[in-house]
Order: sequence, then structure tokens, then C-alpha cells
Amino acid sequence: MEQFLQQLASGLANGAIYACVALALVMIYVSTDHLNFAQGEMAMFSTYISWQLMQWGLGFWLAFILAVLISFCMGVFIERVILRPLHHAPVLSIVVVFIGLLAICNSMAGAIWSYLIKEYPSPFPKAEFGIAGVIGPHQLGVVLVTLIVLSLLFAFFRYTPLGLAMRAAAQNPQMARLVGVRVDWMLALGWGLAAAVGAVAGIMVAHIVYLDPNMMGGILLYAFASALIGGIGNPGGAVVGGFIVGVLENMVAYSGNMIEKITGIYIIGNGEKLTVALIIVIFVLTLKPAGLFGRVVVKRV
Amino acid sequence: MFPKKWVLPLIVLAFVIPLLRPWMPEVVSNYRLFLVSTMIIASIAVLGLNLLTGFNGQISLGHSAFYAVGAYTAAILMDKLDMPYYATLPISAAVCYVVGWLFGKPALKLEGHYLALATFALALSVPQILKYKWLEDLTGGVQGIVLSKPEVPFGLPLTEDQWLYYYCLVVMIVLYWAANNILNSRSGRAMMAIRDYHIAADTMGINSARYKTVTFGISAAYTGIAGALSASAIAFVAPDSFSFFLSIKFLIGLVVGGVGSLAGSVVGGIFYVLVDNSAQALSTFVKNDLGLQFDLSAYTVFGILLIALMYMMPTGIVGGVYAIVQGVRRVRRPAASSSATSPVRDVAANQQRP
Amino acid sequence: MKKTNRRTFVAGASAAALLTGSRVAFADSGKKYSDGASDTEIKIGHTNPYSGPASSYGVIGKTLQAYWKSVNESGGINGRKVNFITYDDGYSPPKTVEMVRKLVEEDKVLCCFNTLGTPCNTAIHKYMNQKKVPQLYVATGASKWGDPKNFPWTMGYQPDYHTEGVIYAKHLLANVKDPKIAVIMQNDDFGKDYWNGFKEGLGKDAGKVVKHVTYETTDPTVDSQVIQLKDSGANVFFVIAIPKFAAQAMRKAGDLGWKPAIYLNNVSSSVTSAMKPAGFDNVQGVITALYLMDPTDKQFDSHPDMKTWVEWMKKHNAEQSLQDASNVFAYSVASLMHETLKKCGDNLTRENVMRQAANFQKFKLPLLLPGITVSTSPTDFYPIQAVQLSRFKGETWELFGDIMHAESS
Repeated sequence: MEQFLQQLASGLANGAIYACVALALVMIYVSTDHLNFAQGEMAMFSTYISWQLMQWGLGFWLAFILAVLISFCMGVFIERVILRPLHHAPVLSIVVVFIGLLAICNSMAGAIWSYLIKEYPSPFPKAEFGIAGVIGPHQLGVVLVTLIVLSLLFAFFRYTPLGLAMRAAAQNPQMARLVGVRVDWMLALGWGLAAAVGAVAGIMVAHIVYLDPNMMGGILLYAFASALIGGIGNPGGAVVGGFIVGVLENMVAYSGNMIEKITGIYIIGNGEKLTVALIIVIFVLTLKPAGLFGRVVVKRV
Repeated sequence: MFPKKWVLPLIVLAFVIPLLRPWMPEVVSNYRLFLVSTMIIASIAVLGLNLLTGFNGQISLGHSAFYAVGAYTAAILMDKLDMPYYATLPISAAVCYVVGWLFGKPALKLEGHYLALATFALALSVPQILKYKWLEDLTGGVQGIVLSKPEVPFGLPLTEDQWLYYYCLVVMIVLYWAANNILNSRSGRAMMAIRDYHIAADTMGINSARYKTVTFGISAAYTGIAGALSASAIAFVAPDSFSFFLSIKFLIGLVVGGVGSLAGSVVGGIFYVLVDNSAQALSTFVKNDLGLQFDLSAYTVFGILLIALMYMMPTGIVGGVYAIVQGVRRVRRPAASSSATSPVRDVAANQQRP
Repeated sequence: MKKTNRRTFVAGASAAALLTGSRVAFADSGKKYSDGASDTEIKIGHTNPYSGPASSYGVIGKTLQAYWKSVNESGGINGRKVNFITYDDGYSPPKTVEMVRKLVEEDKVLCCFNTLGTPCNTAIHKYMNQKKVPQLYVATGASKWGDPKNFPWTMGYQPDYHTEGVIYAKHLLANVKDPKIAVIMQNDDFGKDYWNGFKEGLGKDAGKVVKHVTYETTDPTVDSQVIQLKDSGANVFFVIAIPKFAAQAMRKAGDLGWKPAIYLNNVSSSVTSAMKPAGFDNVQGVITALYLMDPTDKQFDSHPDMKTWVEWMKKHNAEQSLQDASNVFAYSVASLMHETLKKCGDNLTRENVMRQAANFQKFKLPLLLPGITVSTSPTDFYPIQAVQLSRFKGETWELFGDIMHAESS
């Protein structure tokens, strides 16, 4: 039973990481209709910026805020400078551009900060909250931060005119332009927001997986799965999707473990946990093809 | 779009060049022939992906999985059953066809990003399955399988690499010829109709479910053959060689060559092999010859190359070259108003924006 | 290919006369060369991941480049400049094959040196031996590199993982009462080798392993695995992992309040990249086997080798970190190659390179732990076979016990 609880808690904590990165993916998708392969590397880069700021003597939260702001500007910059000329390029070509961006971010970070893994501090007090032995304070903190970011985004899109304008620009650019929305800038803004959310994710993750230029490699894979499970255009869905992937994966490992314990036969273990989790996810998706929380888009012929 | 009259001379040239080795050993070296063989193999894999993505509009991030299945099928047959390398090709193709077909069945229900997710999951899981505890005796587990290179048969006066080159070349020509025939047949037109407008295709009485799964199978078989060839060429298979990044490389090859273009697959295959090497050469060039102080790593150069290429030729090299040729022609003969539509289509755009 | 140069006959002959065991060279009037060596140049080939997920190993390649550059600046080896050609293989075996063939057939290197990665070296193992090109001091600790009978052209460098596994097993059987062992292993060739050695060391006590789990390098964390291990009730924890995951595993064990006796593989012994990130509280008493000096370990600060190295780093390799143990590794392995080529004198044939590589008697290589030396022979292709156990205390490793040799373990 203790193991079950611990696995559940660790699944939730991992899930929160996936959810955070998945949120950033969803942000870009919602505002520009692209799946950004470079999202993880951008987040990693932002995390390095915050680390560098802390090395220069800033406090954690000041570095955090500055890094998020810088990332926002970086996101806007990338959209305006790199992607703007490609507005009419085919989707797959843009995917290739993202891969190029990924390579550049990754190698630049390596060149500037080296590939040595670095510790990254946790902003959460060590003993005061968290349940001893089950979930650590940082893990709990990550879950909370993810939920806060989600509610902020939700409020932004739901209740502010800018959020409304962004949604309009993404869903129907022509009409939005007609009613006076500056669609071009909305796209850039979407990129900025995504980069900022990514920075938050990176900073939260870095304490757990340590800071290094490849830290997001594995996580991005999971985040993709999470975002897609939740219905790619749905921030809430992405968060739930993240938790599902995190927990499901640990549960697969847990049950494999139990089976082995009881029967003594190895059937599934840690090597297969991701595979099995993904198979389950895909099986569910074939039953619900629009994602668990996606709306079915009715096509007009 | 590719002038038909060039095809035969090119093939003859491809056959004759390796025989020039005794006269110019530096130019036609074994290493270069080997390099060209790997390009041929890559181009077959990209062709497989192109059949699916370019001509049928289904996106796949999982072709590294079919490549791995093909390679491992060949390797296991050679290693465990002592089968000759050439006999493994049809079996690898058949196995991959079945795997692809089976995978295409449930994938029918998934579109766009969800198909991407499903194929992506496939790419992630195949290396894991290869390491699976109960399959270790067969697959060699994490250590993989070490093989021997194909030997030159009938005492032909060729080197191993020349022979490998001819072997790959013949396979490639046969596969391209077959692909060309499929695409120019009823089935091929049906495939493309489904890509362009599947609802219209359905109303015309095309069984789109059947065509889609069969295309998946054929595409997997092509990539599987490439995998089997690579097992012979590299003489070693290991799970590490078939990571998700391989799928991404095929995708890069596809897009850079030209989506929905047979010639584009060849270009993509060449690019796929050359880009790494040239990126590194370029990075040393920048550092040593241009005297740049900052160490620009090859990976950065690779990224910049990709982005620059997409800027200049957003529809890939074949599309870009075609557009240039058309442009030149139009300048020369302004009277002839040829409709210069690029042969390379924006398949993905059709596909992802319903 | 054999080239003789009559004009330098006298110089060559006298140089050859100084060398022991170079009768062939002497009889043949001085200088002998294979591809890749000449009067002015020695070409050495190398592959290494500089891009992709394994790019953290790129440091090794960069330090090797710096090393050969500094050798050339101080006059080269026996008057010949070293032309060190290094290619990126992205840790992908097919790419390694392509790159190594380029090195051997196009660039015509004398030998390949310190090619990195177990799967990558496996892919070129057969090829190098067919071509009879030395594949020297490979950067992997798999046990298969020391097989002179079947692969006379391949030689390892570091103590092999297998032996190291045996050493840990013996130590824990002798020191832990009623051991119940939990193992976490990276699911690849590297992990497998340690694991097999460990099992062999346990022998009839192999049943004392109560739980064995694996992780993939794409896993974001190993938390789930550590929870399973803790649940097994083990009191010994053997960590077979690269630094990032080793740090995670030891930290998670601490967080869970699990206090087993921890054995850590040498690969992750770096203080800055594994022990510190894991949290010093969590790693007190951890045991590992060392053969190189750790640059962050204060006890070596005044050691002459370390001083020379720090000076060299500052002068020739300033952009790399002084804390990175990879730089120590690269420096020491390059020194061994340097020495090998020096010993070859003017007989720079591939045969002679192998002969000299297999002819070290208790050679004192810079930056090895005091008391550990390099010994090879035509039947012993494992240059470094000794390690010393050490225990983590405070913020540094503390060596204890005798130097252990593979034979005596």
C-alpha cells in the first residue's frame, strides 16, 4: 500500500512536469496552429537564463520573473523574425524549421554553459509542506504552480479582451482582421506566452531532473503525448493529460512489479512502462478520436 | 516533371561509374561507394515515407520503427537461420507490410496530430520491444547483433563495396519503378484523391479505408527493405540505432527533398546523409578559414542550414529547383504561358486543416 | 606501404638503435611508415558525439583536440606533428561506421583512438580488425575490448565495467551482514556489462539480489524505480547509472528515508556532476571504485600531476571547466597515446603501434591514482586494471583499502 501511494504521488509529480510543458505546447498550437518541436529546448534555454541570473546574485523569484519576461521577448522575437517569412510555407516545412531551432537552442546552450549537469535550487521550503515519505515539498510545489499557471491562462483567455482577440485571431484570422484585431501581433503574442509558460515549466523541472542542455529531451516526448491526449487545443485537457500520462506510467510499472512479486514471472517492467502506457492511450484515442477533452470538429463539406 | 529522357542515361551512368575504379581509385573509392550506398538506402526509406505522407496524406513519425523491424528481421534471419542476405529482403518487406497494415487499421480512426501521436508511440516503443527480456535471445537485447558484410558472388572481380553498391542500386531501381507504376495506376490516383479530398474520393466510390491501410503497409514495406539493406551494409544492428530521432531524420529528408515527389525522395536521401557531414565541415571551415573566434558547433550549423533551406525553398529542393527552372523558362519564352504550379504539394496543410 | 628515406638514414638508424625490440626497423634502415604517418605528420582518427542526446561527451573530443594542439606547439612527437581528425557520430552506430570508414579509407589515418561508446565501437570492431588498423584505447569500459586472440587490433583503456562489478560484489559480501540487494541499471550495453560482472562476483549468492530494475535514458526521472527498490526491503543499493540518473536515484532514496549501503559505479563518481547534485546529506558513505583523480577532490590539489593538469587546462583548454572529470579522462588517455607514439620512434607502422601499445610495464600515467599504473602485454589488452575503493565523506572521496587488481579480486 505504501508503494502504491508513493507511486501515485510520484506519478502526479512527474505528471505535473509533463503538464507544464504540454501547456506551453498547447499555447502555441492554440495561437498559431503549429506543434512546436523546439518548445522543450526553448524552455531549457530560459531555465539557463534564470540560472545565470542567480549566479549573478539575484534572488530566486527575481531571477524567475526576469527569466519569464526575457523568454516572453524571445518568443515574440522568434515569431517575428524567424517564422514571419514562412507564414505561407507548408506545415511540414515549418516542422523542419522547428527542428532546426531545436538544434540551435540545444547546441548554443551547450556552448555557453557546457554540458555538465548543474543543480538547480528549489524555491519551496524544505520541511514545511509536503507529506513526509510520500511526496516531497518540491513535487507538491510543482503541482500547485502548474495549476496556478493553468488558472491564470484560463482567466486570461476567458476574461480579458486581449485573450479574446487572441482566440479570435487563431480561429478565424480573416474575420478577426476585419473587426480590427492585429492578427500578426496576436501570433507573436501567442509565441511569447508559450515561451513564458515554457520558462516556468523549465524552472520547475530543473530542480528535479537537474539542469543540462538535454534535460528536456525525454520530457518533451511525454509532454507531446500529454498535450495530444487532452485534445491539442485545450489547456485544461493538456494538464489532465499530463497527470494521466504520469500516473498511468507509474501504475503500469507498479502492476508489473506486483505481478512479478506474486507470480514470480516477469511480464512488464520499467523498460516497457512507457510503451504500455502509450498503447493504452492510443487504444482510448481510437475510441475517442478527438482526444479525451477535445471537441469534435464538425467538418463542412 | 522530371524529364523521362534523362532516366536511362542516369541509370547507365550509375552502373558504369564504379567500374572506373581502376583508373581513378581516389575518385571512385570504396568509401565513396559505401557512402552512396547509404544514400541509396536512405532514399528508399524516404521514398517509403513519401508514399504515405506525400501521396496519401497520412503523417508518420514512426518510420524508424519499420526501418528497425526490417533491419532486425534481416539480421535475425541471417544470424539465426544463416539465410543469405538477398533472401532476407522479401521476408523483411513482407513482415513490415503486415506490421504496417496492422498498424494502419486502428490508425484509420486517427487523423492529423493523433496519427502523429500513434506513429510517434510506435517509434518510441520498438527499441523498447527489441530490448524486451523474453526476446533477448532473438534480438541480442541491448548488445544487438553483429553480422558479416555481403560477399561478392560468382567470383566477380568486384570489391565488397562495389557489390553492395550494385545490390542497393538494383533494389532501388526496382522499388522506384514499382512506386512509379503504382502512382500512375488506378490505385495511385485513388491514393492521391484521398489525400487531396477524401470526402470527394469517398463519394466517387473509392474505398478509402482499404487504400489507406494498404498504403500504410506498402510504405512500411519500402522502409523495411531500406532497414534490411542497412543491416547488410552496416553489418550491425542495435536498438540504439533506431531512436525516434531517425524518424525525424526521415522527415527532414522528406521535406527537404520534396513532399509528394519521387525525385524528391532521392534528393532527400542524399541530403539526409550529407547534411551531418557537411554541417561539420562547414563548422570547421567557419572556425579555421573565416577565423571566427566563437566555436560554432556542427549542430548549430545543422540547425541554421535547415532553417535557411526552408527559407529559400519552402517546398523542398525539388520544388525549389522546379520553380527556378520555370522562372528561367518564363523569362526566355514570355509568350508560352505555362501554368507553373509546383509539383510538390502542400499535403500536410490539406491534411491538418480540415 | 613502406617508404624509406635514404637521406635521413643515419639519423633514423641511430634513433632506431635506441629503441628496444625494433630490430625490424633497424634492419630496414630506419624509418618505416604505414598509411597516415610520414616524416612530418602522424594522422590519428577519432569519433565522438558532439550533437544529439549524448553531446555531453563532446567535452572529451574538445579536450583531446586541445591536447594534440599543445603537443604540436611544443614540437610534436619525435619531430612529427599530430594531425588529429575528429568526427561527430551523434552516438549512432551506423554513423560511426560511416565516419570511421572515412577516417581509414579517405583520410588514411595511422590509427583510430578513443572512439567513444560501446555500441559505436561494436559496430566498427570487426571492420578495424579486418583492415588491420589499430583501434586504440576506446572510450568505453566494456569487457570485450581486451580480446587479443580474436581482435588483435583493438584495445581498451579504462578498468572494464565487468571487473568493477565483480569488485563491488566481493566487497559487499565481505562487509554487509545479511545483504539484500537492490539494483538499478541503465537498460543498455553499459548497464548490462556491470550487471553481469556483479552477478558473477556474487556467485552462489546471486539470489541475494531481491530486486533489479532498469531505466531508459529518455525517462525524465527514476523516482518510480527507486520506490520499487525501496519497497523490496533491500539494505544494499547498487547504482549502475550515468551521473544525472545516479544523482536522481540517490537523492530519491534519501527523500524516501531509505538508508541502504550504496555502491555507485565509477562512471558517476564525479563530485560536481553526481555527488553534489544528489545532495551531500544523501550520499555519505557511498562506495565507489576510482582509478583517476577527481579534479574537484581537494586531497589532490597539491599533487604534481594535478598541478600540471590545472596549468595545462588554463593555458591550452581554457574554455572547458576545471571541474569536469571528462577533462581528466581525456588528458590521461591522450597522454597514453602520446607515450605509445613516442615509443614507436621512427617505426610508425600499424603493427608497431600495436606492439608498443601492448608493451607497457607499470607505466606511470599522469592523473591515475597513486599506485595505479598501466601494464599491457601481447596477451593482456587491458591497460588499466586496478582500482581503489573509496568512500564518500563530507564533500569528497576518501580512498581506503589496498589497490585492487582484477586478478586478485
